[in-house]
Amino acid sequence: MITATSIRKRFGTLDVLHDVSLDVRSGAVTALVGPNGSGKTTLIKIVLGLARADAGAFSVNGAVADAAGRYRRHIGYMPQAARFPENLRVRDVLDLVRALRPGEPRDEELVTAFSLAAEMDKLVGTLSGGTRQKVNAAVAFLFRPSLLILDEPTAGLDPIAAGILKDKIRQVRAEGRSVLITSHILTELEELADDVAFLCDGHLRFAGTVAALLERTRERRLEAAIAALMRSERSRAAAMPSPEPPAWLPAEVERS
Amino acid sequence: MNIVSLVLQAGLRDLARNRWVAAYALGFLVITEGLFWFGGTGPQVALSLLNVVLIVVPLVALVFGTIHVYASREFVELLLAQPVPRGQLFIGQFLGLALPLSGAFAVGAGIPFAWHAGAGPGGGALLALLVAGVALSVSFAAIATWIALRTDDRLKGVGLALAVWLATTVVYDGFVLGAAAAFGDYPLERPLLALMAGNPVDLARVLVLTQLDVSALMGYTGALFERTFGTGIGTGVAVATLALWCAAPLALAARRFQRRDF
Repeated sequence: MITATSIRKRFGTLDVLHDVSLDVRSGAVTALVGPNGSGKTTLIKIVLGLARADAGAFSVNGAVADAAGRYRRHIGYMPQAARFPENLRVRDVLDLVRALRPGEPRDEELVTAFSLAAEMDKLVGTLSGGTRQKVNAAVAFLFRPSLLILDEPTAGLDPIAAGILKDKIRQVRAEGRSVLITSHILTELEELADDVAFLCDGHLRFAGTVAALLERTRERRLEAAIAALMRSERSRAAAMPSPEPPAWLPAEVERS
Repeated sequence: MNIVSLVLQAGLRDLARNRWVAAYALGFLVITEGLFWFGGTGPQVALSLLNVVLIVVPLVALVFGTIHVYASREFVELLLAQPVPRGQLFIGQFLGLALPLSGAFAVGAGIPFAWHAGAGPGGGALLALLVAGVALSVSFAAIATWIALRTDDRLKGVGLALAVWLATTVVYDGFVLGAAAAFGDYPLERPLLALMAGNPVDLARVLVLTQLDVSALMGYTGALFERTFGTGIGTGVAVATLALWCAAPLALAARRFQRRDF
């Protein structure tokens, strides 16, 4: 799980995250959603230690960030784009990641499920985009960390592979581990998400369960609820008088 | 196995199969062999090859290095998301770039020398040439890494790398010559020695030329360098200053890698 408190980040004159506080609970899939440029990637990068917050603190499964990066033992990460060195074999990539995390319990299930054994001796540069994404997923799920961070995980995967990955995500949740997922495919989030964190212009506008969001937005589907949140935020940003300001939209961070 | 060697091994595997690195090694092999083929002896070939080394090695290390660091960025992000310290990852990544570049040069230029000259009269010059080429590879690979870590815009980064190459291989000599001409009435020995230490390409040139005893080709600064330090101490000073030219940009790049947001 993640406990983040008052995370603030500024790039030059641009405030990217404003005092974002977020709990990602164990045994749940949390969808991190928001328009482009809302700060989702920056928040993920801060949790991963790829970027440093200007203020605030966070812990992952109780472990706080340390200079040696030991807390990342609790995290598995699947980036949006799988850009491995072109001249490495698939086997080299998997072996490298295995060797970087010695002693951690392994999970080779996706390697088998995606039939990557047949690709092991191929150079990454010769793989199709979909196969690279399968390797990317297999790397992220290679261990059993308490938190998985997945950035657009099914992008580029065929429906069968996407189904395998979604089943794996459900399995991780059933084991009591946490998943933080970003995706622009809202139907996919509808299938998987238990909780939603909605970021807009660096402000956390909603954090709570899917049921709570549906209730607040008076929508029946997650896709429509998130679209409603985005529309309202866009109206607010454009300073256009909204015909009926939605009663459910909080002025500041709302927790449910 | 520690993290540095794991990341280094992956880098070596990647670049060992890289066709540009292979072409670079083959290019030096063909040029060096060609110089021997046309009747050169060890010292003559070393002298001819020196001009190629001073131009090509910085250019390849800067341009290839910058592009390589940009191309590795997403993979570095993935590795940084593992429980590894940034410092060790940086050293592994840098060595994974600098060693293949240095090795390709050393193999390409060294094999024909070993074959033709052996331990003959060109031995000292060859050693100096190899040391100079490897030092230039490491130094300019470090500068390239620093540039790529500082500049997010890839086009700007490669442009900056080319500007550094032009400045160190072409413009700098003109600047030194202009300064010597403009202030010819003043005692310029010390300032010019300092200026020479300010450019690794000049240092590499002097390092090799002092071994060849061709003072006519050393230019003003080279001759001054030898007169001031003598061959023995001069070689030591040149090697030490070149080592500083490897360490300083590497330290800057490491600092940038530690502090930057990916």
